[in-house]
Amino acid sequence: MSALHPFLLLIPLAAGLVAACVAARLDGRRGAVLGCGAAGLGFVCYLAMIAAVAGAEPPPAAAFWAVPSLGIAGGLRLDGLSLLFALLITGIGALVLLYAGRYLKADPRLNRLVVLLMVFMVAMLGAVTADDVVTLFVFWELTSIASFFLVAHDHEKPGARRAALQALLVTGGGGLALLAGLVLVAIAAGTTSISGIVAAREAVLAHPAAVPAMLLVILGCFTKSAQFPFHFWLPNAMAAPTPVSAYLHSATMVKLGVYLLARLNPVWQEDALWQGLLTWTGLLTAATGAVLALRETDLKRVLAYTTVTALGTLVLLIGLAPELSATAAVTFLLVHALYKAALFLIAGILDHETGSRDASALGGLRGAMPWTATAAVLAALSMAGLPPFVGFVAKEIVYEAKLAAGGAAGVVAAIGFAVNAAMVAVAGLLSLRIFFGARRPTPAVPHDPPKSMLAGPILLAGFGLLAGIAPGLVGHWMLDGAATAILGRPVEVPLKLWHGFTPVLALSAATIGLGLLILLGWERLMPRLRRVSTFDSHGPSRGYEHALAGLVAWAEGTTRAVQHGSLRGYMRVLLLVLAIAPLAVLLARGGLDRPAEGALDPRAFAFGVIVLGAIAAALARSTFAAVMALGLVGFGTALVFLMFGAPDVALTQFTVEVLLVVILATVLIRLPIRGTDTRTRGQRAGDAGVALLLGGSVAALLMAVLAAPFDPRLGAWFGETSVPAGHGRNVVNVILVDFRALDTLGEIAVLAIAAFAVIALLRGAARPLRPGN
Amino acid sequence: MDASLILRVSAPLLLWVPMAVSAYLLVRGHNEPGGGFVGGLVASAGLVFYAISRGQGAALRAMRLPPASWCGIGLLLGLGSGLLAWIDPSAGYLTHRWWFPDIGFKLPIGTALVFDIGVYLTVIGTITAMVFALLGEEAA
Repeated sequence: MSALHPFLLLIPLAAGLVAACVAARLDGRRGAVLGCGAAGLGFVCYLAMIAAVAGAEPPPAAAFWAVPSLGIAGGLRLDGLSLLFALLITGIGALVLLYAGRYLKADPRLNRLVVLLMVFMVAMLGAVTADDVVTLFVFWELTSIASFFLVAHDHEKPGARRAALQALLVTGGGGLALLAGLVLVAIAAGTTSISGIVAAREAVLAHPAAVPAMLLVILGCFTKSAQFPFHFWLPNAMAAPTPVSAYLHSATMVKLGVYLLARLNPVWQEDALWQGLLTWTGLLTAATGAVLALRETDLKRVLAYTTVTALGTLVLLIGLAPELSATAAVTFLLVHALYKAALFLIAGILDHETGSRDASALGGLRGAMPWTATAAVLAALSMAGLPPFVGFVAKEIVYEAKLAAGGAAGVVAAIGFAVNAAMVAVAGLLSLRIFFGARRPTPAVPHDPPKSMLAGPILLAGFGLLAGIAPGLVGHWMLDGAATAILGRPVEVPLKLWHGFTPVLALSAATIGLGLLILLGWERLMPRLRRVSTFDSHGPSRGYEHALAGLVAWAEGTTRAVQHGSLRGYMRVLLLVLAIAPLAVLLARGGLDRPAEGALDPRAFAFGVIVLGAIAAALARSTFAAVMALGLVGFGTALVFLMFGAPDVALTQFTVEVLLVVILATVLIRLPIRGTDTRTRGQRAGDAGVALLLGGSVAALLMAVLAAPFDPRLGAWFGETSVPAGHGRNVVNVILVDFRALDTLGEIAVLAIAAFAVIALLRGAARPLRPGN
Repeated sequence: MDASLILRVSAPLLLWVPMAVSAYLLVRGHNEPGGGFVGGLVASAGLVFYAISRGQGAALRAMRLPPASWCGIGLLLGLGSGLLAWIDPSAGYLTHRWWFPDIGFKLPIGTALVFDIGVYLTVIGTITAMVFALLGEEAA
């Protein structure tokens, strides 16, 4: 069944990019429909590949941008894990775009949002199908950047801007760690190909930098997937419009860290540090998310914290050793994406149609919004893990995996139990409390939204029900392949809805019971949790703020110290560094060298004009005279060049000196610079010290250069090859325009850039320099 | 600024003599001291003299195009001169090509000269841009 053409893998990406380009020129609503179509096309493409991927060995791959000189293998590859993610990204993406076109139909920036969502989708697809750490990293960072712009959609609001920056700094900082980690891993494995790295796991583990590499990769994944203590950026990112939150910050982007941990799990899965870090951080994150979710009333923030919990659970499951935990992880991943995206979209509907998304202010909406209520109940039942929903299947297998975890199974299962009960409570909060019970007044008259907004929640929640009824099929076609990729060896765990009366079933029942109790007491529990101010005053979020404020203060301090605005001060620092650096190097090398006898040509001293010019410049009282005296030094130097057989250099030196004197003189006449020296005696003495130090340092350096043995090979080679290869007798010119032409090209480019900079600085963009101006 | 009468009268001389010298330096640069860089400096000196004596507007008119365009054309010539290298697939970018048409004697023509002209124009553009920007707008 491996008749799959590798370039099929490029179709969804290309479709997404083309749609993004076209959508940029359409109005927002049409763009959203087009984007939905492109995402749907991608979804169908990936669906068509399911059978091929399940049977193919090895998985189909397309190497499309290999850079052999940099050792970059480049390319895409589709295995079970990638396919599961790709299906979620395109499927949920299509529904979210359809939803967004309606949800934000009055927003003039809808067009921009759609384009960014499409770019994000392509980046996600690239990241999860990349078979190369460089490709993966580029797409990974692109998702962070897309997320930045999407969170800052309402950029007039300072809160949105702050949240966007926070998300970017946290995930971007982690991205830097990830880059370092991936580079180390690639060096250790000798390849950047992910399949190659997994195959070379012995080499990676044996490398001296194995542990730092692993820690850096973990750090990058933890920031992206909002693991403790980096979880705080995720709830704040809820400043984004709801479709963005549903897509990026619950179903896809935040799972990228989980994806990479799963992808690289075959390398480190037997490492105790890997297992420990993932297990305990995941557990801590899950618990943190559960506690914080119970003290929020804003629906989106509640959902965000439950997403943190889910991400923690996924990381925990990857860290657990038993084979079962891989299947548990991918099952829970699928389940969570389905119900969480549905619930986010429902929260958006509630916000849109009732004007409020405060969980404590909504109630009894079932009658007014029957379809929304149906979708919410279906999704919430899956979240709570009730049969016959796929959430139940997932919860059972997650409990099984936790109980099989060995030494720490008790602690893991106990905390997992409490966390799951909290999730049951939140699920009840989002469905029972809001849609049933007494009707509460809302700012707007509630009613069901149009079909395009209902389609997402209904389809996602409905699939949760279907998958729960036939878990074996989903498991066989979608999940076994993914679990195989996580473990690095074939695995087949038949998923079943009904396991019989087992201890796990009892645990499930107890979870639901405790959850319902929490739900009943929520109105009393929530305000108490809110009053515990330690969460606000000592959380990592506050740490981030302190660090950011400190960074800004430090930057301001250094700027004040370094950019003080005194030209003389700048010159003094520059010249002192220039003087001290060579002296320090010379002294570190073992003292000042003296050239051998005869290496110094006494004729060089014949040009007293240089010395006279220098003295005159130093003593001159008027700036004008100093410029003239310096010109004298320059001409003297040119004479030295001429005498020692460098007519080209001499010619250039003469011309430069002429230009310099003319320009300086002209500028001095016109600019309001005081003609005479205003420095005090002390300042003059200090400047003299700097000048003498610099002169001495350069002289010492030149002595050292003359003392070193001269290797004439290069000069001789250029001399011999200049005419046959470059057809020119002027070696200097042949080197400039032929042998080292690329360098010269770079230099004239720098010249031109400097010219543009001077024009911009001195004249401003408003008055370009052109004839007649 | 009021330039002296002598300066104003001799301005064309101060422009065209350096220009001619610079062209000579440019062309002979491949075999004798000279080349695009020095040539560009000499030509710039001429233009700067002209700007001082006749005013910046006159100098800009003499240049026909704004200095930034001189830079741009120069860079394009430099970049473009390397493209012909790809006639020979094994040669690297900026490997210059030469022809020796026989017109009584063998006249060497090469893309190296195009490259050097690029350097020449860029240097002129850069220096005149900087000096004119420094001198300010006041027209004499």
